[in-house]
Amino acid sequence: MLNYTFRRMLVAIPTLLILIIVSFLLMHAAPGGPFTSERPLPAQVLANINAKYGLDDPLYVQLWEYLQGIIFHFDFGPSFQRKDQTVNQIMAQGFPITFIYGGLSFIVATLVGGTLGIVAAVRQNTIIDYFAVGVSIGAQVLPNFVMAPLLVWLFTLTLGWLPGGGWNGGHWPNLIMPVIALSTSYMASIARITRSSMLEVLNSNYIRTARAKGLPERTVILRHALKPSLVPLISYLSVAFVGMITGSVVIDIYFSTGGMGVAFVNSALNRDYSVMMGITILIGALTILFALLADLLYAWVDPKIRY
Amino acid sequence: MNTTEVKGRSLWSDARRRFFQNKAAVAGLIALTLIVLISFIGPFFAVWSNEEIDWDVMGSAATLGMPSFASGHYFGTDDLGRDLYSRVLQGTRVSLMVGVIGAGISVLVGTVYGTVAGYVGGRTDQVMMRIVDILMSIPFMFVIILLLVVFGRSIGMLFLGIGLLSWLDMSRIVRGQTLTLKNKEFVEAARATGVSTPTIIRRHIVPNLLGIVAIYATLLVPAMILTESFISFLGLGVQEPLTSWGALISEGAGTIRYDTEWQLIAPLIFFVITLFSFFFIGDGLRDALDPKDR
Repeated sequence: MLNYTFRRMLVAIPTLLILIIVSFLLMHAAPGGPFTSERPLPAQVLANINAKYGLDDPLYVQLWEYLQGIIFHFDFGPSFQRKDQTVNQIMAQGFPITFIYGGLSFIVATLVGGTLGIVAAVRQNTIIDYFAVGVSIGAQVLPNFVMAPLLVWLFTLTLGWLPGGGWNGGHWPNLIMPVIALSTSYMASIARITRSSMLEVLNSNYIRTARAKGLPERTVILRHALKPSLVPLISYLSVAFVGMITGSVVIDIYFSTGGMGVAFVNSALNRDYSVMMGITILIGALTILFALLADLLYAWVDPKIRY
Repeated sequence: MNTTEVKGRSLWSDARRRFFQNKAAVAGLIALTLIVLISFIGPFFAVWSNEEIDWDVMGSAATLGMPSFASGHYFGTDDLGRDLYSRVLQGTRVSLMVGVIGAGISVLVGTVYGTVAGYVGGRTDQVMMRIVDILMSIPFMFVIILLLVVFGRSIGMLFLGIGLLSWLDMSRIVRGQTLTLKNKEFVEAARATGVSTPTIIRRHIVPNLLGIVAIYATLLVPAMILTESFISFLGLGVQEPLTSWGALISEGAGTIRYDTEWQLIAPLIFFVITLFSFFFIGDGLRDALDPKDR
């Protein structure tokens, strides 16, 4: 296990380095520097600014400085468009918001989807099962950018129950629609995966033995079938996590929740490369970390898996 | 002696029969065919082109831009007074093209990569699959957007970005399948009779991969369409006057507060029907071609 953890880390670290280097090189491949503008600065001023930010150094020196900043000081440098802010400040504004509703969506999707899948499997070929299967097929075609406007149309414009956007300090009515919009399609996938793995477990020999011993159905399902049927879910959870972080960009734009997605899209539209890179790298790090955790959890839970 | 030959049933005719017994898959195939036909033939019945602005409607889309046959705007207009019917058909063509080409790239690259890794095996395989592992744990949506911003937004760049991310899954699936095929007796027989490696891959491995590749390719098309729609929804995808489902849904979503719900519904119907069709066809193909269920 320790050996596996170590080997798995050996993949995670170069992955992150590659991500940083690729985004760094991409940024430098872009035409024009951060200080070229419509009204060109006097050559001497431009040279001074470039010298101040180290932009006249050779590329590898800049890359090294950038890497050092991130690794040793967690510093992503200044924003090129918003001159008074650093990338860290911009990310610090949005991250907690994204974290709150993203985390909530993740929990909701896992709990609701998991429950739905298990109930559907236990009550296979009943109306509950058909409902669960129907919902999970339907939700496949309802990604976050489709759910968001439909929810606003229903709950804000037609019924007038919920505010159509804004963050409002994370007050719960403002949270409902973002969480539903973000979690629906993942909830559906989780329900589908849980249902099929639960069905497989329920058809296995040891469950037949448990039933033959005369155990009550409750005990059979909760004590014997539940845990192994959740194993396939683990590897999907890291996929869902990435999807939700990506989807938060849509939520931030459509519901004006003010999370990191707004900063990302605005920086993309304004060509604020350092902010884009910062967010890409931060999210990449989270993604890699989460995939690592999922893999380790998987190896720990399922003793059959040997690496 | 009975000399009438028993007519053999090939794998593919069996699969075809199973596929056409699946009602959802056939319905999906019909719906998809209709959507494709409409998107190519529909423009001949359009009164307005996708770039023309109906100046009478511009600015008062909520009252005058309703879907109506009298004005020639079958699906209504958008806020600028552009005909939604023409725009939806045009967006449909772009989205379908992105989906099909994206899936095509992934089939080509993924199959070649996966077959080579699986067949050659050993250290080559390990290195190649490690690379896939590394690429897979990169948040690709953000990298695609980075690419689009740095190199300018164009359909070509979009294809490149989507192509970059799409072949990874395919290569894993193909490699797994190749590993099992490689040890089958008929491959061993071919090797024993001195057939060269490229010929074995071309004649014996790849034809046996076609089934599984077809299944995943069908499921990749909607995945590509979703990716493109996501990017276009954020306004970072295709550029005006071209449009796509994502861009149209985004426009409709943005103006839904002004009682112009048809701007959302029209592209959404095409989007939903197409995705459903692809999922059903993919499931049908899986049932028809997957050797596990035989």
